[in-house]
Amino acid sequence: MLIRHPDDMPASAITDERVYESRRRFLGRTGLALAATAAGSLLPRAALGRGPQDEPTPLEDVIGYNNFYEFGTGKDDPAKHAHTLKTRPWTVTVDGEVHRPRTFDIDELWRGFPPEERVYRLRCVEAWSMVIPWLGFPVRDLLNAVEPTSQAKFVEFTTLLDPDQMPGQRRNVLPWPYVEGLRLDEAMHPLALLALGLYGKALPNQNGAPVRLVVPWKYGFKSVKSIVRIRLVREQPATTWNAVAPREYGFYANVNPEVDHPRWSQARERRIGELRRRETLPFNGYADQVASLYRGMDLRRLY
Amino acid sequence: MTQGQVVRRIVKPAVFAGALVPGALLLIDTMAGRLGANPVEEITHRTGLAALSLLVVTLAVTPARDLSGVGALAVLRRPLGLFAFWYAVLHLLTYVVDQTYLSGLGLSPAAVWEDIRTRPYITLGFSAFLLLIPLAITSTKGWIKRLGAARWQRLHRLVYVACALAVLHFVWLVKADLLLPVSFGVVVGALLLYRLGARRRRGSRRAAAAAG
Repeated sequence: MLIRHPDDMPASAITDERVYESRRRFLGRTGLALAATAAGSLLPRAALGRGPQDEPTPLEDVIGYNNFYEFGTGKDDPAKHAHTLKTRPWTVTVDGEVHRPRTFDIDELWRGFPPEERVYRLRCVEAWSMVIPWLGFPVRDLLNAVEPTSQAKFVEFTTLLDPDQMPGQRRNVLPWPYVEGLRLDEAMHPLALLALGLYGKALPNQNGAPVRLVVPWKYGFKSVKSIVRIRLVREQPATTWNAVAPREYGFYANVNPEVDHPRWSQARERRIGELRRRETLPFNGYADQVASLYRGMDLRRLY
Repeated sequence: MTQGQVVRRIVKPAVFAGALVPGALLLIDTMAGRLGANPVEEITHRTGLAALSLLVVTLAVTPARDLSGVGALAVLRRPLGLFAFWYAVLHLLTYVVDQTYLSGLGLSPAAVWEDIRTRPYITLGFSAFLLLIPLAITSTKGWIKRLGAARWQRLHRLVYVACALAVLHFVWLVKADLLLPVSFGVVVGALLLYRLGARRRRGSRRAAAAAG
């Protein structure tokens, strides 16, 4: 049987993805000059209307607008300075309350835990958000491989400490190294990911290469980058931002529009690429999957 | 050229041009779509930084005049202060547009007021802005006459309070990196100390002259 292929549009006529994106960005952003100077209400609402709900954020923004204080505190510092990070050789030690502690070479992780694509929303505690197609595998696959003991209650993740590779660590902006943690059941949740890549490729350094945590229902600071150690522990670990400002950054840090940061509102967020703020959703829109983890907890107190 | 002419014909236009640079860059980068991933945040930061920087430069005019002995430099104070004020207006306007129209709330003064009232760093920034308003209004020669030079001068010392509030606003809003806001604080503190010292020196000179 002859199958006819419609060939009325040659591949050469298809707009290059980058051109398409840059054109859309240009259109989106020229509106801004008007919005900032003229009274905003003069603009037709449709001009700033939302696009489809969760379109992936353009790669350029995902790799150009980062909080990674190990390379400086400006949003563009990581993209400028993270080239000093050497991600090979790299090992991740998994130990503590486990039956089979192990140190994994980063290439072993790629081979042993073939990554799959997961498109997640990322909500920063600073009230902006992105949508990122990660390449990763569930944290629980790694934890199961080392067999946590019955004493393991929390998981502690630690970033590399090396001021030569991470120049931001030469200043005491935060106590280094950066440490984050999850309750064991949170870490075992199928949505909790160890990411090795994004947009189909290995992680760029500024996004936490070569391996980082991604917990999409929590504020971004929980998703610790450039991990060298994962330790299973009995007690709730001391985590970096929580230790620096406990009133502002809780251990749980679940995205919650009802609990404001003491200095700003968490009710809305600006999706990168959009001008209008959106409503922030409980658990960043993942409530159906994760809310049961927190049944019976007072999330106003345990923010 | 006399010193006064140099200041008026060369220094003053150069300072004007310099004060316009942040605004011009903002306009160019906005048109070119070069404000980065979060343009509203970028505009907010740039206008705020321009306002505070120009306030500090305004405060530096008098010490610069005293130390250089070029009296004509004083003519720079008023335009620099007004430039700072207009950047502060843009800064506040961006914030208000962000809190209302861009938050889907329409132009709701109640919501903005609630935010200003309940968030201490916003309260501080807004207070600093309020203090600048009477200074901008009374910046004309007519107002100096109407108020009398002494009263006018006393009123305009509010710029130190506004500057201190603006620095606190900056310190309070950063997450962890205090380097830049604290640097501004140190500079403002030094300028204030200089002025207090200058007053005391003048006072003791006067006392010495009276005794002599």
